[in-house]
Order: sequence, then C-alpha cells, then structure tokens
Amino acid sequence: MAENLLFLTELVGLRVCDTRGRRIGRVRDAALVPLVDAVRVDRYLVGGGWAWLTVRHDQVRSISLDGIYLRDELLTPYHSDEYMLRLVRDLLDQQIIDVSGRKVVRVTDVTFGVAQEDSHDVLKVREVDIGLRAIFRRLLQGVLPRRLVRSLQQPIPPNSIRWEFCNIVEADPQRRLQLNISHTMLEKLHPADLADIVEELGPEDREAIMSTIDSEVAADTLSEVDPKMQARILESLDAEKAADIVEEMAPDEAADALAELEEETSEEILEEMETEPKTEVRELLEFEEDTAGGLMNTEYVHLHENATVADAVAALKGNEELLESLNTLFLIDAGGGLVGAVPLARLFVSSGPALLKGLSSEPLIKVPVEETQKRVIELFDKYNLLTLPVVDEEGRLAGVITADDIISALRQK
Amino acid sequence: MLKRFRYHIAVFFSVIGPGFVTAMVDNDAGGIYTYSQAGARWGYLPLWTLLPITVLLIVTQEMCSRMGAVTGKGLSDLIREEFGLRATFLMMAALVVTNLTNVMANFAGIASSLELFHVSRYISVPLGAAAVWLLVVKGTYQSVEKVFLFACALYVCYIVSGILVEPNWTQAAMYSVRPVLMLDTAYITIVIGLVGTSIAPWMQFYLQAAVVEKGVTAKEYAESRIEVVVGCIAMTVIAFFIIVACAGAIWKTSPRDVTDAADAALGLRPFGNYAYLLFAAGLFNASLFAACIQPLSTAYTVCEGLGFESGVNRRFREAPIFYWLFTLLIVAGAGVVLLPNLPLIKVILLSQVVNGMLLPFVLIFMILLVNKKGLMGEWVNSRTYNIVAWLAVAILVGMTVALVAISLRDFLAR
Repeated sequence: MAENLLFLTELVGLRVCDTRGRRIGRVRDAALVPLVDAVRVDRYLVGGGWAWLTVRHDQVRSISLDGIYLRDELLTPYHSDEYMLRLVRDLLDQQIIDVSGRKVVRVTDVTFGVAQEDSHDVLKVREVDIGLRAIFRRLLQGVLPRRLVRSLQQPIPPNSIRWEFCNIVEADPQRRLQLNISHTMLEKLHPADLADIVEELGPEDREAIMSTIDSEVAADTLSEVDPKMQARILESLDAEKAADIVEEMAPDEAADALAELEEETSEEILEEMETEPKTEVRELLEFEEDTAGGLMNTEYVHLHENATVADAVAALKGNEELLESLNTLFLIDAGGGLVGAVPLARLFVSSGPALLKGLSSEPLIKVPVEETQKRVIELFDKYNLLTLPVVDEEGRLAGVITADDIISALRQK
Repeated sequence: MLKRFRYHIAVFFSVIGPGFVTAMVDNDAGGIYTYSQAGARWGYLPLWTLLPITVLLIVTQEMCSRMGAVTGKGLSDLIREEFGLRATFLMMAALVVTNLTNVMANFAGIASSLELFHVSRYISVPLGAAAVWLLVVKGTYQSVEKVFLFACALYVCYIVSGILVEPNWTQAAMYSVRPVLMLDTAYITIVIGLVGTSIAPWMQFYLQAAVVEKGVTAKEYAESRIEVVVGCIAMTVIAFFIIVACAGAIWKTSPRDVTDAADAALGLRPFGNYAYLLFAAGLFNASLFAACIQPLSTAYTVCEGLGFESGVNRRFREAPIFYWLFTLLIVAGAGVVLLPNLPLIKVILLSQVVNGMLLPFVLIFMILLVNKKGLMGEWVNSRTYNIVAWLAVAILVGMTVALVAISLRDFLAR
C-alpha cells in the first residue's frame, strides 16, 4: 500500500529518464489542469540543461521512487499556461480552506496515489498534508535518501486533508475560472464556521470569497463576524454586491453593520438597496446604538387583538422565513398600539377558534425606543425574557429585541 | 467635516495598541540596562544617538505594520509563502533560541528589581512566571490588551524618576542634538549597544502579527502609521529619561559602569527614595511586561510560520504546540534565573549576540517582501523610501554585527 503513494516533496528532484534509461533531468514541479481533470497530474515540469521541459502524463511509462521512465520522449519546452495549477508554485506553503475541518490550513506537502491508466503510471492527488510529519519529511528531503526519510517519519502521526475537501483560495476572478475553483462547498458550511474562516484570511481572499458566494450565505456569514470586520468587508466590496448582502441580513444587523461605516460608504450601499429593506434599515439607523431602538429588529409577526389561534397559524404560514428564530406573536389594536404578547408554544395546546388574547403573557413587558441598553439587559435578566417588544411614543409596536441581540450586546462590552 | 474628523479619531483609537506595545516592550530589562550603562558611564554624551535610533526604528516598524495591514498576514506567514519551509524553519528555530535568551534576561530583571524590594528571587520569579502564564492563557484578547496598555502607561515611572533626580536639563537638551564622537573603545561600544538593543527580531514579528490581529486594513493604515510613529517616539522618550536619570545621579557624582539595571536604581538612591523606588518599579514592570509578550509572540510566530493552530482564543487541546511552546519558554526562561551562581550579565550578553545574528536575516527578508508587487500592490516602497530603508537596514546590520563581535569578546573574556 505504502508503495503506491508518492509525496510531492519526493517527486520534486526525482530523475526523469528517456526510453533508453538515460537521464534527461529532474522534476521541478507538477501541474494539474483542473478543467480537464481535478486530481490527475497532467504535466511534469522537468529541468534539464538550460530550459524546462514539459512531460505530458501520457508520455510517462512508470513512476517510482527510483525515477520517472518515459515511453515517449518528444518533449516540448515549458511555457506558462494559465489553466495550470502548479503544485509547488501555487499550492505548496499557501493557505487553503479545509472544508471538512472548517478551518484555514497551510499546505506542507501533497500526497499522490500512483495509479495505472491505459497501462502507464499516472499520479492522482489524494491528500494535502499539514502537520509535523509533513514538516519533518520536507526538512529532510534531499538531505537523506527518500526511502530512509519514509521509514524515519513512520512514528509521527500523519495529519492530512482529503483533496476533495480542499478549497483553494484565489483572489483573481479570471484565474478562478481558469482553475475551475468554485466556492459552492463553502456555502454548505455553517455561517458561523465560514465567518471564522473568512476572518482568518487576508483582506484580498476575504473579499474574493464574500463577493462570489451566494448573497444569502454571505449575509448569514457577515452577521456572524465581529462588527469592525463587518464594516471592513462591506467597504471592500463594490456597493452593488454589498447592497445585495445587506438586503439579506436581518434589518437590525444590517443597520448595525452600516452604522460602523463612514457615512459616505453606507449611503452608497443604501442607495443600491431595494426600497423596502432600505426604509426599514434607514429607520433603524436613526436610533442611537446603545438604546432599545438600536438593539431591536423589525422582523416580527403581529396580529389583530381579536385574532384566533387559527388566524395565527395562517399568519405563520405566510412568514415562513421567520420561523426559525420566532418565539412570540404580538397583538395590536386598531390604532397599532401593542396590547399583548403570545408565546408561540401556547398555540400548540390551544384549539383553533380560541382567542389569542386569552393566551398572552401577563404582565405585558415592553420598553420605549429610547430605553437604555443597560436597562433592557436588566429586564431580560429579571423576567427571563426571550423577546421584548419596543414601542414608540404613541405606544405602537416599533420592533422587537430578541435574546440573541442581548447576548451580542453583552459580548461586545 | 466634524463627522469625518470624529471618524478618523475613532479609527485612530481602534488601531491603537500594536505600535505602542511593541515600542514599549522594546525597553525591556536588556534595554534599560544599556541605557543605564550609557548614562552612568558617559553622562549626557550619548544622548544624540536617540534621534537617529528613532528614525531607524520608525523606518523598520513602519514597513512591518504596512505589510500587516495590506496583506493581512504575519511576517512568518509571508516568509513561508515566499521563501519556503526550510528558510522559515531555520528562522523560527533561531527565533526560539533568541527569544528564550530574551525571556531569561527579563526574568532576571524581575528577580533583581524585586530584590531591591527585599523579595527573594525564589519567590518573585516563580510567581511572575505563573502570573504571566495565567494572564495569557486564561485571559481574553480584550482583557489582555487592556493589561498591556496599562503596563505601557506605567513606563511613566521613568519619566518621574528622571525628573526627581534633577539632572542638568540644558546639557541634556544640548547633547540630544550635538553628536559626540570619540575614538574610545568603551564609548563606541556603548553607542553600538544603544543602536543594537533598540531593534530586535521579535519586534518585527510581533508588530506585524498584532496589526493583523487588530484587523487594521490598508484603508485605515494612515492612522496605524501615526500610531507606530508615536510609539517609536514614546520609546525614545523613555530611553532619554533613563539615560538622563543615570547621568544626573551616577555620572555626576562618579562615572562608573553599572552591573545591571537594579544596580543603576541603587545609584539613584541618594537623590531620594522616590526616584529610586520608581526606577526599580519601572524595571519590574518592563521586565514582567516583556516576559509576557516575548513568549507569546514567539509561540504565535512559530506556529503561524509552520502551520500549527495558534491563538489564545483556542483551547489547549486545539492548539497544543502553541501552548506547549509558550509554557516551555516561560518555564525555561524563569528556571534558568533560579540556578545558583548564574552569571546574569552573561545571559544578557548572550541574548544580544543571538539577537544580533538573527536580525540581519529578518530585516533583509522584510525589505524583500515589502517590495514584492504581488503582495503589496501599490503599497510597495517608493524608490526614495527604499534608499532610506536599505540604508537603515545597512546601518542596523553593521551595528549589530559590531555588537555581536563586542558581546562575544566580553562573553568569552568573563
């Protein structure tokens, strides 16, 4: 089994021999052409004499630790090609995203499997190696014989990532297309994990990821990074993309993120937004950050005070995107004044025609928009609240503060 | 307009930290010893070196923080990406050795400063080591940074102490701008020593990492640059007051060599208990502070460069190598100081030698990196700046090589 593996550090410097066994040169680099095949080494770049030569994978007969033997020696000089991912130049020592481990890692070595294809040997990328074993191997390569290094490294536990879970980070969009790099794998990560990854990358790569992933995922991710970083990311994107992302965020979080920006930039982004989310965000931006108004969001479900449980269920069906974090319904009178709050769970133990009014919590706890953050936090603690309605001067429901807003506020202290 | 101004002020405060902390930690036990020695032996004469030192410091620190802000990556990351694993590994190995000697020197500083307060080193050093370890491992990033900034503020001790000694301010002012060159080996040694201690390899790694950690971006870089410059100036101001204090107290009565920084503090005693106590307290603060930062920065740098998990926000199990390295540096650094009959001055000389051997490589890598268009884009050095930077690097390398030679000679002679 072990014989069927080859490491990139071993490949580099391996001698290449022609059909009659004469040495042509040594391997300098190996390249994949991801648009053709995502795992097979397509070309070997061989240094011999003055110039580098390109060996295509189908010109090779056999590959082992003793060298690469060719079956066709009509080689062409190496010339740079944008569709090539050169493993030593573009991958080794660079950062990539480990999608399965949900973190950013640095490539120390690459493991190939040696396979047979039409009765000649090809190399297929299996894993990217990180960790001590790969470091050990690389430091000793060229100092000690390859086989000795292999046996010496045995006691060190390996640390590798399967190639299909590796996401290469490339800031240049054109090169991304040429190398067939997509960020769809990243979109499946939990936004909080993706946020950690994005925070760890440099500004260019960060921007590249945020601008290419789906706006909805980007919005969820952005909500999870810390406020200062949010501002930096939004600034770096063009206004149109930033607006797309901000539209998808909860209005209170969008407002918080925009409040961190320089006024010019946030105005530019707001201009690009659709009318409905724009007005909501603008209204929220009016409030001071550390007041109830600044904490609240405007995504809530409200019903008329005489509505029944059946009405409530119907209303919920129309607001499915809110369901995940919803736990309270609000009752308002004809003038818009807040008259009650119904915990969602009570709906399950009541029959359809029952009036919601009878299910509301007593007493009704609410705060005016200008209430201080400190007082709001005290109320959450004292009454063990999950949600707290916020009302304007006329007693109308203006927004809702939820427990997660309180947790964020506390963590930022 | 006002709003814009307020925004810039807010940005300035949001980027404060990295430059200041780096510059202040630069005045660690070894630095304070060199400044005291300069003042005690030569009085006000070597003060002129501080101005060029500030310029050298600003030029190098500025490049580091710029690289951090533009690339969002640490110096060891960049060295790894551009120069490969082997170069990184050798550099990291050298850095660990260098910083270990620095940590030793600083624990020695803790020991000798607290002995002035009649605390045995067998109590002060283990307690100091435990405090450093707990602060970094158990503290959060925000709380640790606050403690660090507070430690920065405590350097005021030296300013007050310098004023209490009532030195000759006219002479101090005059010699700050009038270069005095003498062909005296001891004098040349101290001038080289002043330049050599002012800039150490770990600073470049720490500063760049701190700028990245702080999340400073190219857009906010203007504010960050001011912070770095202000930090460098603050560092030389402290150095000025240390030299002046020793000049006013020790040199004025009888010029002599001091054996260590605590000895210098004793020399201040005739000028009042406060001057003496503040000087000693300042030394304690500086040593403890540096003993915190240096192991932390080393562990960070090494793990980043070699691709291990790092960071105080990760748990022990998630980043074992990071925590082990950090712990080991503290334990070894503190442990050596507790060895009986340890020739302390040898430790300091040794740390200067290793620092000096590593520094040229760090500076040259730095200047090569900062000129890479692929990394820095429009933020590469301009032609004029490059001339200044190469000149600064050449002077620093020359001076440190000389310092290495001198320290080696002393090391072997003792």
